[in-house]
Amino acid sequence: MSASATQTPKSKIDIRNLDFYYGSSKALKGNSLQLLEHQVTAFIGPSGCGKSTLLRVLNRMYDLYPGQRATGQVLLDGKNILEPGVDVNLLRSRVGMVFQKPTPFPMTIYDNIAFGIQLYETLPKSEMDGRVEAALKGAALWNEVKDKLNASGQSLSGGQQQRLCIARTVAIRPDVILFDEPCSALDPISTSKIEELIDELKANYTIAIVTHNMQQAARVSQKTAFMYLGELIEFDDTDQIFTAPRQQRTQDYITGRFG
Amino acid sequence: MNPIYVRRRRVDTVIRLLCWAAALFGLVWLGMILFSLLWNGLAGLNFSVFTEMTPPPGQTTGGLANAIAGSLIMSFLGIAIGAPLGLMAGTWLAEYGRHDKLATVIRFINDILLSAPSIIIGLFIYGLVVVPMGGFSGFAGALALAVIVIPVVVRTTENMLHLVPNTLREAASALGMPRSFVIRRIAFRAARAGILTGILLATARVAGETAPLLFTSLSNQFWSLDLTNPLANLPVTINNFVQSPYAYWKQLAWTGALLITFAVLSLNIAARLIGGETTRK
Repeated sequence: MSASATQTPKSKIDIRNLDFYYGSSKALKGNSLQLLEHQVTAFIGPSGCGKSTLLRVLNRMYDLYPGQRATGQVLLDGKNILEPGVDVNLLRSRVGMVFQKPTPFPMTIYDNIAFGIQLYETLPKSEMDGRVEAALKGAALWNEVKDKLNASGQSLSGGQQQRLCIARTVAIRPDVILFDEPCSALDPISTSKIEELIDELKANYTIAIVTHNMQQAARVSQKTAFMYLGELIEFDDTDQIFTAPRQQRTQDYITGRFG
Repeated sequence: MNPIYVRRRRVDTVIRLLCWAAALFGLVWLGMILFSLLWNGLAGLNFSVFTEMTPPPGQTTGGLANAIAGSLIMSFLGIAIGAPLGLMAGTWLAEYGRHDKLATVIRFINDILLSAPSIIIGLFIYGLVVVPMGGFSGFAGALALAVIVIPVVVRTTENMLHLVPNTLREAASALGMPRSFVIRRIAFRAARAGILTGILLATARVAGETAPLLFTSLSNQFWSLDLTNPLANLPVTINNFVQSPYAYWKQLAWTGALLITFAVLSLNIAARLIGGETTRK
């Protein structure tokens, strides 16, 4: 266990009474919960329950699409990110996201990492090399790609591509990393590598992960939120949720009675 | 054997033969065109075609140098004007206008422009440029070609950008990349081969256009690079020479036709090669 577990964890993201609309249909209904610093918070629930939607509020990814809007408050270090004046690009540089499908950019492995760094920093070549190496090491990919940094990012295997995406996210030094079903397109070995990685990353980042795989939620997270039809049904320590959930619906879902 | 299966196999054979026949039927004409072009065009192909001017009636020496130069200049200018406009319009349609009602209107108009007869475009530039400027000019010819280029490039650019998966845009945005950056550095990069292919195909298209040049650039018997005066070009020269009674002119027309066909063919093959690069990735 990391050192942070011994102190009282600080709230990193405080979601208060969050509603979300796709056009006129309401996808999130009054969700309130806190993501604690240096912890992994898992979101589980059947398809369409709103867990991915919730994640996409945290970096305002929904802003890319007209007709989608969120009301309520999401405080990142005490500042409401839903306010109109917030610069979403700066926000997204602090709240990184890893997607379901690996999405390497159409460029070399090196450039995939350097690209994001160059958005906010101008570094000399040697320092950039160091940052790229550190990011790839941080994503447990360095040993596999160190001899072919100039190969296309798209030439890697699916699992490697996903770790490249994690490296890319880590490279710009965010505070929070959001994982949207990061393993659902991967084989079991790649999946376990990513899970180990998430466990290591929590020492430095606050992590939220959406997953359909309940074992995965149990393995990687400290807190688990169970959502159903846009509502947050239960939010508690992961051990509590998976051993003695307080809500009948949570119990039914994790035992496979519906979902 | 199962009678239903026997029948199915028989039908399969018949359909396959019909498909072969149809493909052959189409290819035969193309082959004949290429063959007669090569046969008649090669006979007149020599060095002087590229160095000498189009001859006056009756003369039995001369080449196509001024027409080749004029065609190159106007095609290049047409692309230089039309491609950036088309690129930007296509980008707007695919990236910014995706959820905009205006985009539907623009796309519809672009489709009309795409299928507009090129002679109409020639007449349009005639009214817009040639009449006010008081005469035919190479500049007007280049503009007419640009108008033909625009809808082709708009179309291919939009289609190619649509093929770029949205997840890639989201991933780029998730790094905190501003929208214009996502488009220029990620979307364009992913669609690069397709967009280039579109521009090459547009070049091939305008290289052989005759009708829009008849009313704009007309032709010129002499060497001229002056864009404010009539500019010689291959398609109109071919058109004029073919209708003449002079054997040497007819020969030059064949050779000119061969040159254009060869140029268009090369551009198409280049477009194929570049386009193939993306699918392999």
